[in-house]
Amino acid sequence: MAIISNAVTIADAGAFSLNLGSMVLIKTLTASSSANLAFVNGASSVVLDGTYPTYMFKFINIHPATDDVFFQFNGSDDTSSHAYNITKTTTNFSAEHNEGDSTAQLGYVAGDDLAQATGYQRLFNGVGNDNDGSLSGELFLFSPANTTFVKHFMARVGGHRHSSAALDSYVAGYFNTAAAITALNFQMSSGNIDAGIIKLYGIKAS
Amino acid sequence: MGLISNGTTLLDAGAIDSGVPTGAMTLIKTLTASSSGTLSFVDGAASVVLDGTYKEYIFKFYNMHPGTGAAKFRMIASADTGSNYGVATTTTMFEAMQDEGGSNETVRYEDGDDAAQSTSAINISTGVGADADECVSGDLHLFDPASTAFVKHFISTTQFVNNSGTPYCKITRVGGYVNTTSAVDAIQFSFSSGNIDSGVIKMYGIK
Repeated sequence: MAIISNAVTIADAGAFSLNLGSMVLIKTLTASSSANLAFVNGASSVVLDGTYPTYMFKFINIHPATDDVFFQFNGSDDTSSHAYNITKTTTNFSAEHNEGDSTAQLGYVAGDDLAQATGYQRLFNGVGNDNDGSLSGELFLFSPANTTFVKHFMARVGGHRHSSAALDSYVAGYFNTAAAITALNFQMSSGNIDAGIIKLYGIKAS
Repeated sequence: MGLISNGTTLLDAGAIDSGVPTGAMTLIKTLTASSSGTLSFVDGAASVVLDGTYKEYIFKFYNMHPGTGAAKFRMIASADTGSNYGVATTTTMFEAMQDEGGSNETVRYEDGDDAAQSTSAINISTGVGADADECVSGDLHLFDPASTAFVKHFISTTQFVNNSGTPYCKITRVGGYVNTTSAVDAIQFSFSSGNIDSGVIKMYGIK
């Protein structure tokens, strides 16, 4: 049965025919002294497959339990065990400016990139655990279900460094595998994610 | 009464069913400049929502044309619904540029246009050209402005034609935070001198 209003089909065959927006909220995870936040395809209503060509993660006030740590992520191509150990090559550069106006710089961060390494990729260097300190930003993952090409991602994260500075961090790279990426895991390099929210969105192809 | 199509619930109790994927990006407000000194988005005024309803707000700038050449596009925050603008803010700024003659290609930190605990309006571009076809476009993301625990992060990207004899193509990236644990409930945009001759700013909330 279709629902047609003034010659416009509103719904048909169990779905809306109208454009309800191209950016769909899939999942929200909230940290509470959490060791990590993981988005696993097929678990807890998470979709991370070929449904969408682009996935977007939003980080909202990610606050570490431990001072001066890295916020980082990794991917998995497993369908059950979900080891996070995909080979990656990445770039990393950032701009920094402290509240005392004594440090103002832009540069490539050679220590925070990866070259065919399986470890976690750093997204933000040195987030502070002051009560009001945190980081926010976003990460795009393209075509994770593709089984022909490597899987590109790019991120921009802004935050409050432990040294009372603003840091605007840019990370891009690829999971160097033709296997589908089925899960992403976010964590601090040391200690828990004390608080914060990560949201996963799917961006429709059409 | 629910609306069920082919066994799938589409509408129930006056709302789209939670199982139906709907858009996560909601247009809240559009402001159009016409020789305007400022454009302000104030929570609770003129249908603007800038509170805890959304965890992220995105402002999109379309063809912001300054009344005065070399004016910098700026933003400033308020924590008292626009009664006072000017909350201490720290930012980074860098730019990539090339002139129309194919020279002066560079990427660099803009030390003089960043902010260190500044309560003045914050530059989110350097000088924009005011020729008839020159303007600045881009966006600004503001995260969790209603938080009363954390500082308020924002990231911005603007693309523009600068004010030079040989015009430059410039892209400017600004990141930073409004350094307060009070809720930020108003954002105002302006040029560093003269009016916003024309342009549109759209404000979106992200679910």
